[in-house]
Amino acid sequence: MTSQTTSEAGYAAERETTEGRVFTVTGGDWDTITGSIDPLSNEKIVVNMGPQHPSTHGVLRLVLELEGETVTQVRPVVGYLHTGIEKNLEYRNWTQGVTFVTRMDYLSNMHNEVGYCLAVEKLLGVTDQITERTNTIRVMFMELQRIASHLVWLGTTGLELGAISMMLYGFREREYILDIFEETSGLRMNNGYIRPGGLSQDLPDTAVKKIRDFLKYMPKKLKEYENMLSGQVIWHERTQGVAVLDVTGCLALGITGPILRAAGLAWDLRKTMPYCGYETYEFDVPTAQTADVWGRYQVRVAEIRESLKIVEQALDRLRPGPIWIEDKKIAWPAQLALGVDGLGNSLEHVAKIMGQSMESLIHHFKLVTEGFRVPPGQVYVGIEQPRGELGVHAVSDGGTHPYRVHYRDPSFVNLQALPAMAEGALLADVIAGGASIDPVMGGCDR
Amino acid sequence: MSNPSESDGGVPATQPVGADFDAPAQVPPSPMKGMFGINGTGDVSGFGGLVRRRPAAADSPRPFGGYFDEVYDALEEAYPGFADAIERVVVDRGELTLHIVPARIAEVCQIMRDDESLRFELCSSVSGVDYLNSDSRRLHVVYQLTSMTYRRWVRLEAAVPADGSLPSVTSVYPTADWQERETYDMFGVIFTGHPNLTRILMPDDWEGYPQRKDYPLGGVPVEYKGAEIPPPDQRRVYQ
Repeated sequence: MTSQTTSEAGYAAERETTEGRVFTVTGGDWDTITGSIDPLSNEKIVVNMGPQHPSTHGVLRLVLELEGETVTQVRPVVGYLHTGIEKNLEYRNWTQGVTFVTRMDYLSNMHNEVGYCLAVEKLLGVTDQITERTNTIRVMFMELQRIASHLVWLGTTGLELGAISMMLYGFREREYILDIFEETSGLRMNNGYIRPGGLSQDLPDTAVKKIRDFLKYMPKKLKEYENMLSGQVIWHERTQGVAVLDVTGCLALGITGPILRAAGLAWDLRKTMPYCGYETYEFDVPTAQTADVWGRYQVRVAEIRESLKIVEQALDRLRPGPIWIEDKKIAWPAQLALGVDGLGNSLEHVAKIMGQSMESLIHHFKLVTEGFRVPPGQVYVGIEQPRGELGVHAVSDGGTHPYRVHYRDPSFVNLQALPAMAEGALLADVIAGGASIDPVMGGCDR
Repeated sequence: MSNPSESDGGVPATQPVGADFDAPAQVPPSPMKGMFGINGTGDVSGFGGLVRRRPAAADSPRPFGGYFDEVYDALEEAYPGFADAIERVVVDRGELTLHIVPARIAEVCQIMRDDESLRFELCSSVSGVDYLNSDSRRLHVVYQLTSMTYRRWVRLEAAVPADGSLPSVTSVYPTADWQERETYDMFGVIFTGHPNLTRILMPDDWEGYPQRKDYPLGGVPVEYKGAEIPPPDQRRVYQ
């Protein structure tokens, strides 16, 4: 066995062995960073938090510069979960796009789907033709999704700030909502339920009953959470006056959602630029004045209550009716049914088109394989997602597939605020501040 | 299934059943492309191939309707270089798009944000679109501005060539920081004056700009007899 070690500047040391060449990799340029700091006169250290860290909400990496326990610089590094969804959309037809966008922000997939479908419908010019029942179900599911997302926020933030039981409660209640989604679409997450022109299938009566049960159950539980957290001294200490960002800072950094509302500005797209008929529902936009983590907690809990109000109103006005747009050139021809093994083609429908109607079969085949054409142009649709403004910029070249779809995801934009919130504060407040942004890296990196 | 040689007699009766007569490999290549001979459609199902066309965007005549005239007039009044900065005005599907000369984009944003009758306080989104084969200025940078005071939306669009650059709007809207980085990362548009224009979603040493329309899509090699799954734009050419 021969051994010869060579090491040039910047390259890993290598040596030849009987097994082949062996490289010895050490800490990259880490030595140059630590070497330039004199430990006697300077206590500055650089800490790499993430991308695999239990309290960075997924694969978020934070490069922190610390002096003692004070944070002097924060540099968020994102992109670890980039999956090229926007590019992928360009090689699928418009309807298939739903399957992709639902996987972006996996805690608010209904919002991703509705945003995309509203953009496609606006491009098609059929926004007014969406049926009453479909709009009501869309609103109801978006609000249930908002509750589920806020519950995950409460749970994970509780976990990170020391209230571990909150995590169990939050996820337990969220499971109720996921059950409702599963009952309706066949899937707990990544539902692909909302489609351009309608919904993949109608809301079953069993799901309506589950939603009614949930509406009775949830307010009691919400009271319990507040009893547990709101008066708690540790919770106050960890949240009040922490990670403050006022309205000016929010607007400059493009921050929307609960962070902006906790700073005192009641900006909610459901009220200010309504869509899906939100103007016909009665609800308030909760705000706080403290602009800190405490305010964001209060706003989110209050938003769960408002969402429950909207779900109840939607349930009351739900009337039987069609869920698909009347235009047969857009409406999905398949009749889906929930079978024992999940959502699939309705056997009755398959028997009809295969046995009785050749034209239906041709129509079905063309629409499913090729898809519908969307007139050329571009649109931007903004909707209020649990984390802020979700913007969908969709461009069509007149073909059967998107030319370009861009998602303005609130997680991506809001994460820019972390340095402004955390620099100059303690290391523990980076966790609280980061949690209060509620970033979902699937949406941030797309 | 009956043996054809028995009915028409054109083929020797000695031809064994299941021989390579008319096997797929012996069929001469058909002059038709696509499964049903479909040409010139934009469908990507594989039946007609992938075709890209340029979205039409014509100038819109006055009056534009809605609040668009007010926005247009207010910008004209507040901005002295208005005539040189606006290339085109498009009103489509209830949305106003102002096509801006790239070099003026930061100035226009400044006016849009600060003028009392415009007040577009929030820059909602910055992204890009690659209109390949349209003209030499194929990369369009799209800005979505929101006026919270007046509850209005307007879109600014600036077109640059593939190696082009335009001023960064980060000094006006700090939120554009990451969004411009993403646009640079995906399209290769250079934003001059940006404090830290580096890749954000792709790895730092990545080559090329993935969202460009001529970016090679690459196939996936499959470890089976040298086979490869072709890139999406080359898939499924039926004969």
